[in-house]
Amino acid sequence: MSLMSLTAVELGKRIQNKEVTAVDATREALAAIAAREEAVHSFVTVDAEGALAQAEQIQKRIDAGELTSPLAGVPVAIKDNMCTKGMKTTCSSKILYNFMPTFTAEAVLNLEKAGAVILGKTNMDEFAMGSTTETSAFGVTKNPWNTGHVPGGSSGGSCAAVAAEECSYALGSDTGGSIRQPSSFCGVTGIKPTYGTVSRYGLIAYGSSLDQIGPIAKDVTDCATILEIISSHDSKDSTSVVREDTRFTEALVDDVKGMKIGIPRDYFGEGLNAEVKEAVLAAAKELEKKGAIVEEFDLGLVEYAIPAYYVIACAEASSNLARFDGVKYGYRTEEYDGLHQMYKKSRSEGFGAEVKRRIMLGSFVLSSGYYDAYYLKALRVKALIKKAFDEAFAKYDVILGPAAPNTAPKLGASLSDPIQMYLGDIYTISVNLAGLPGISLPCGMDSQGLPIGLQLIGDCFREKNIIRAAYAYEQTRDYRHSPVAMQDEKGA
Amino acid sequence: MSREYETVIGLEVHVELATKTKIFCGCSTAFGGAPNTHTCPVCTGMPGSLPVLNKKVVEYAAAVGIATNCTINQNCKFDRKNYFYPDNPQNYQISQLYEPICRNGYVEIETASGGTKKIGIHEIHMEEDAGKLVHDDWEDVSVVDFNRSGVPLIEIVSEPDMRSADEVIAYLEKLRLIIQYLGASDCKLNEGSMRADVNLSVREVGATEFGTRTEMKNLNSFRAIAHAIEGEKNRQIDLIESGEKVIQETRRWDDTKESSHAMRSKEDAQDYRYFPEPDLVPIIISDEWLEEIRSAQPEFRTQKLVRYEKEYEIPRYDAEIITNSKHLADLFEKTVAICKKPKKVSNWLMVETMRLLKEHEMEPEDIRFSAEHLAALVNLADAGTINSTVAKEVFEKMFTDDIDPEKYVEEHGLKTVNDEGALRSTIEQVIRDNPQSVEDYHNGKEKAIGFLVGQTMKAMKGKANPAMVNQILKELL
Amino acid sequence: MANIISDETIEYVGILAKLELSDEEKEQAKKDMGEMLDYIDQLNELDTTGVEPMSHVFPVHNVFREDEVTNGDGSEDTLANAPLERDGGFEVPKTII
Repeated sequence: MSLMSLTAVELGKRIQNKEVTAVDATREALAAIAAREEAVHSFVTVDAEGALAQAEQIQKRIDAGELTSPLAGVPVAIKDNMCTKGMKTTCSSKILYNFMPTFTAEAVLNLEKAGAVILGKTNMDEFAMGSTTETSAFGVTKNPWNTGHVPGGSSGGSCAAVAAEECSYALGSDTGGSIRQPSSFCGVTGIKPTYGTVSRYGLIAYGSSLDQIGPIAKDVTDCATILEIISSHDSKDSTSVVREDTRFTEALVDDVKGMKIGIPRDYFGEGLNAEVKEAVLAAAKELEKKGAIVEEFDLGLVEYAIPAYYVIACAEASSNLARFDGVKYGYRTEEYDGLHQMYKKSRSEGFGAEVKRRIMLGSFVLSSGYYDAYYLKALRVKALIKKAFDEAFAKYDVILGPAAPNTAPKLGASLSDPIQMYLGDIYTISVNLAGLPGISLPCGMDSQGLPIGLQLIGDCFREKNIIRAAYAYEQTRDYRHSPVAMQDEKGA
Repeated sequence: MSREYETVIGLEVHVELATKTKIFCGCSTAFGGAPNTHTCPVCTGMPGSLPVLNKKVVEYAAAVGIATNCTINQNCKFDRKNYFYPDNPQNYQISQLYEPICRNGYVEIETASGGTKKIGIHEIHMEEDAGKLVHDDWEDVSVVDFNRSGVPLIEIVSEPDMRSADEVIAYLEKLRLIIQYLGASDCKLNEGSMRADVNLSVREVGATEFGTRTEMKNLNSFRAIAHAIEGEKNRQIDLIESGEKVIQETRRWDDTKESSHAMRSKEDAQDYRYFPEPDLVPIIISDEWLEEIRSAQPEFRTQKLVRYEKEYEIPRYDAEIITNSKHLADLFEKTVAICKKPKKVSNWLMVETMRLLKEHEMEPEDIRFSAEHLAALVNLADAGTINSTVAKEVFEKMFTDDIDPEKYVEEHGLKTVNDEGALRSTIEQVIRDNPQSVEDYHNGKEKAIGFLVGQTMKAMKGKANPAMVNQILKELL
Repeated sequence: MANIISDETIEYVGILAKLELSDEEKEQAKKDMGEMLDYIDQLNELDTTGVEPMSHVFPVHNVFREDEVTNGDGSEDTLANAPLERDGGFEVPKTII
């Protein structure tokens, strides 16, 4: 069995026990990448040489007893919107095709301090705008469970890389569901932490008030372990929150007795795939069997989260992406006549269709005469959504529902109808608007053999509740983490 | 019959704050330096970088607000102002629109008629400065330097309360003095640490509605401001008189051509799409913090004027000149504290210092010599250790090179010669060498003695005690 | 479609966003934006009178730096990715005529 079939924590243990080395693990990861990239295409950049050199250094420090972190020597893949010093960071966009950051994102630095081996950068929807990883300028990523389907997005590359066992774990970012939805589609586990828990310094912004970095891994234990490492109060990020309770692994307890779990009726109405519904409700039953108190309730406002989100995220994006202008870094058009043409041609040639669509919408809703009607209205709706969650969390410890209304769609089926695609984020988006933590973990397969994801949402700063519930649920399943393991077993 | 017009002027004054670092990063604000040496990912808009607010900026801005009678907004926020320009690295400027730090203030200016007038301050907000564009003389290119990008600014927006260039300049002088006294900025127009944009409209005398206004930018001196106001007023009146309309627009003043032109472009929509800055959190100024800032306010000019007359017993006129510059006032007070001779110190500042400043085309803020040195010089002159001619000479040296007067006098042997024997023999020689003058003196030409004194001083290289020279000469003659 | 986006609007938004769209892209953009705005107009079904717009979800405030120089000469890193460098700065088409 490949070392990449182990969970990150299992691999870390073997490395600490001197059963295998960081170099062995890195070699196996690189071999897996070499074998599967053609089919899956999870990566934009693979730094084989750098990773091996790093693994050697780390192994020395492990041998010297300097590195004792549970993830020391374990290979990781990083979504390509997090800056990595000296390693190309493109946001899967032509406009940053050659961008070489001069500093490393704080979350990645935290991993490096814990001895992570960075394999490379994963593919994503361009600037994290999309739900399929098909808007990447560098080719689409395919779902390892069925390469005729998308992996979801925008962290599709990270989720596919974990599912295809090309790395032990990965980092993703989540603005409207970009960790949870592809985790669901790829049958892996991902956490979007409370806003402010992981530093955004070095994360190339899409929607600044919504963006959070989080872990993507094979199981809940891995995710809790990684989140514990990447969480930090960062004085370079003004929105970073000072938290005392970031020992998330303490919540890895198989006990949900008395835990109050609310199921929003409004998550199970029209538009939800029957197989997904069945699997998610079955998961709720398992938790109930373990002693949780499960109740249905009306959350409300569910249908308003998407329009509010698109106003806020696109407005912020139109401003965040203004800096890509061909002056300081990235792509500049070949020929131009004067400043404004240089700007317009560089940006029009450098950005893809979905990014342009969102920049245009964002510029419009902020423009003179529309700010109140669109932007302020959306911020007011956001306040109402937050209030609805506050009321729900006064009654429940955890909210349970699906991560996405469907399993992974076929390649090419989504982009033609943007609104239909946006609707796929209906269960994840409101969590970002309210700044809450959410986890997505596998809870079954549909009849096509594609994974179904369960989402657990917690009150702000209550990651431990969702980790505990997810862990308890995970114990009820004999689950194979990835399609590779499944195929190996079939082959054997 | 020609109609009579009134000019209505409001100002937007940008002031660079005297912080050591930029508003959102730890880069130095020091002037000069090779291009882009004072930069980092934050002030160059690198992807992934985030701003963190410099606390001192809030304190300076609030201090200026308190000193200009504003209401301090104890819950203020930053917004993004979106526009594309190469000196603006993120293509948005972090500024304040919806909740600026100060509102509803005023300053009082003295009018030509000798009265006072209140000029309203609409608001003061904090923002970041842009970088610099250097234009190539030969090729069609400009080069961007981000050393100034992110230097903290406050923008002081006045009400349209001014009616003439004189009032505008009085208002600017007043602001400058207040801000200098606070130590919040050196407020140099020529170096760009204080910049004024002029909003101007004209209307017929007696009209109640304002006319259409224009905004004039790039005014780097009081002279430019006065000329631009005059020029723009006439341009607008000409338009109205010839039946045309004034267009609301931004115009750029060209100091060499002494005229302005519209900065119009179809690519500049002037639609800034402000929205709350998501990367920065609100600023809450508690009552305690506000009180701390308030209690740290310095003694301002009006208070100093009263105290100078009373405590130092110097004339009102002198006090006015000295307090017209914070630097000069500080220098005066420090010097007096050392030598305890306020009138003498005042004289040095009023006469020799002012003369040399004028000669060197310098501002009082540019004075380099220290209070210790000025005090030493005052003491030397006062004790007769050096005579007044020598003292002036030493002062000039001090003014240009900040030399230590005591050392200088010692090293150059400039002490007044009080040795009677030496003086007597020199004077005897002078009398021998100038028989004609001696004769003239004896013939009643009193003036001749002046020539002999001069000759003696020359022979003594200026170091003789003049009173003694006079006395001995008369005696020998 | 309730929201009809005119050519002028698309042109204007293109100026604000510094994007130059081909005729075909413009038509698509008009359609997309109109549809999105129709969709967003759902928000008007909600009565938000008296609701404060919420830009930050948590009541974090007063995050400051002290006024101390922490950065040295950053020119090398600043210019490392410059598409066009000149005299230690970024070259752009002339901004003044």
